[in-house]
Amino acid sequence: MSALPDAVEGAGTEAGSGSRRLADVIFRVREFGIIAVLLVFVAITSAIQPRFIDVQNIKFVFFNAVLFALLALGETMVVLTRNIDLSVSSVLGLSAYLSAHLFSQVHGVPIVVVFLAGLVIGLACGVVNGAITAVARVPSLVVTLATLYIFRALDVIIVGGGMVVASTLPNSFLAITTSSVGAVPYLAIVIAAVVLAGAFYLRSFRSGRELYAIGSNPAAATLAGIPTGKRIFSAFVISGGIAGIAGVLWAATYGTIDSTAGYGYELTVVAAVVVGGVNIFGGSGTVTGAALGALLLATINQALYVLGISSFWDLAIDGFLIVVAISLDHWISVRLTSALRKRSLQHAT
Amino acid sequence: MRPETALGPSEVEAPAPPPGPATASLPSRETTSARDRARGLVRWESALVILLVATVLIGALTSRQFLTSTNIFSNVCLLYGELAIMTLPMTLVILAGEIDLSIASILALSSSLVGYLWENHWPMPLIMVCVLGVGLVCGAFNGILVTRFGLPSLAVTIGTKTLYAGIAEIVLGPAIITNFPSGYTTIGVNPFPGTHQLLSYSAVFFIVLAVIFGIVLHATSFGRSVVAIGWNKEAAQFAGIRVKRVKTLLYMVSGLMGSLAGILYTFRLSTAESDNGVDLVLPVIAVVLLGGVSIFGGKGTLVGVILGLLVYCGLQSALLLTNFNANALEIVTGGLLLLSVLIPNAGELTARARRFMNRYRVSGTS
Repeated sequence: MSALPDAVEGAGTEAGSGSRRLADVIFRVREFGIIAVLLVFVAITSAIQPRFIDVQNIKFVFFNAVLFALLALGETMVVLTRNIDLSVSSVLGLSAYLSAHLFSQVHGVPIVVVFLAGLVIGLACGVVNGAITAVARVPSLVVTLATLYIFRALDVIIVGGGMVVASTLPNSFLAITTSSVGAVPYLAIVIAAVVLAGAFYLRSFRSGRELYAIGSNPAAATLAGIPTGKRIFSAFVISGGIAGIAGVLWAATYGTIDSTAGYGYELTVVAAVVVGGVNIFGGSGTVTGAALGALLLATINQALYVLGISSFWDLAIDGFLIVVAISLDHWISVRLTSALRKRSLQHAT
Repeated sequence: MRPETALGPSEVEAPAPPPGPATASLPSRETTSARDRARGLVRWESALVILLVATVLIGALTSRQFLTSTNIFSNVCLLYGELAIMTLPMTLVILAGEIDLSIASILALSSSLVGYLWENHWPMPLIMVCVLGVGLVCGAFNGILVTRFGLPSLAVTIGTKTLYAGIAEIVLGPAIITNFPSGYTTIGVNPFPGTHQLLSYSAVFFIVLAVIFGIVLHATSFGRSVVAIGWNKEAAQFAGIRVKRVKTLLYMVSGLMGSLAGILYTFRLSTAESDNGVDLVLPVIAVVLLGGVSIFGGKGTLVGVILGLLVYCGLQSALLLTNFNANALEIVTGGLLLLSVLIPNAGELTARARRFMNRYRVSGTS
């Protein structure tokens, strides 16, 4: 009986295999929910304005969604453990400038090296966040709020008044985000693969499941022998590394990078994660959901643009959607818990 | 399946912590807070007083302008007045164990509304009443979502932060309204009469409000119930505190203060724009946390927050005068924020480090 809420929150117990199947179905339905909203939105928009589903437009949607989806992947890992990483936007900014700056400093530097540089910068930032959170056991909201400022300030000190302009970047680098097969950019395919790999890891690996366990009940997870600190540390390092890579991709996407790259993105990423059905207090949610949440937000913004609704409505509709998504998600999980409880009572009698 | 994977191989391959220290150092907030009280090396408020003295000394020694009334008026009071006002309700909300990320968006919405209604020839007093009312409604909406729907405030207010900022954009669009009557804009930029050119209107508002908030928080049963809720919501409920009502009220106060800050912000810049002050929310939270308020609620004082605010403003203004890279000021904010959580835990941290070292020494000799 008492293990039931854990089953709901994704820990999964042997005793609750029947309820797990039910939970599985509903979890799948949850992601289907986002897909359904997405499809309805696309259908309505394209019925009014057929231009919405032409190649160029779909490309735009993906173009806007991929970076978001990638950041949402890292953020989800952290949020699952009942922590939060607000510093992603600053890590992105730092990595975007430093990695793109390599092109003008080292002549003919291979693109792989630039990506590695971005990754290392991101990992280093993630290590700082993770170490302070996991070792000093300080609330991550405070830690990453502090590092949000510190990393951005470092960025500002390093960049000064300078900026990287697109003309200093090689064409092959800029082509990373623009080349596509049909309407789908190669980058979107790669990132979809990365997200699926992340989903597989969280679903099937022990350390992945342990992230859910930590988020469901940190104290119980520690008592069960899960190296809580180590897992939380790794989640922050992964999130940092992903933000670092996202920074390099940001540079390739926009070409012009000054010290404001990614400024103010932190809460938007958290919003995408929350819209994607990840519980802000950890323990439940999937990275595919979070990535779909990012895609949904990008689609809606593009739909408004195509429908000729003033872009001044974007923010309000985003905000409204986030509130609706949270309410819906809460409603579903309350329903699910009571359904599971009823079911197990039937089994017991 | 789960017990096997969790306990079986993991104990073999990973050096699982011995049960003693592991249970002793469970990351439970009740035990942490109790430890803080017992073992905290330095009370954070005392540290803040030292920091404040150091800030004033550094400022006075490095620049002759630091202690002049011009600097205090235009670089401290004017610049940080609205931020200061918003830290007051934020302190209460965080003390109650919740958070309000939407307060700066309410500021932006209020500023937009002031501009929009003025453009439509409403009389200014009516505009102010109206805008304050809108702030209350925005706050009440947050409160209802959090208390009646039972949604996590961190997520809800990320949503309403975007929503209110979005409504501000809808209200005003790309327009920038600047033709406010000088009778009101002087409120924004002139010193309050009788304060020796020292305090701005926003600073006077802040001082009056801080006294009211301080009395309410520390000397009324309502204020104590706020802290009780943050400390232990269930216990507060059983003690007969109307938890939901108190929290809703706090969010409404938060909205009201956001609106007031929005009106003052508009008058100070004599400009209504849809993105006025939207980035202020994280600095507001940073100042509150800097003041030693626990992010989990239940712990913290308004005096601490005011000290934190003074350190924050003082340092920023001192560094500005010393030609420190102005854009890098935030590194100081971040650093202080880290210190504010690390120093009160210093005793616990060193104890844990010693235990860690001991464990390795033991395993090394055996």
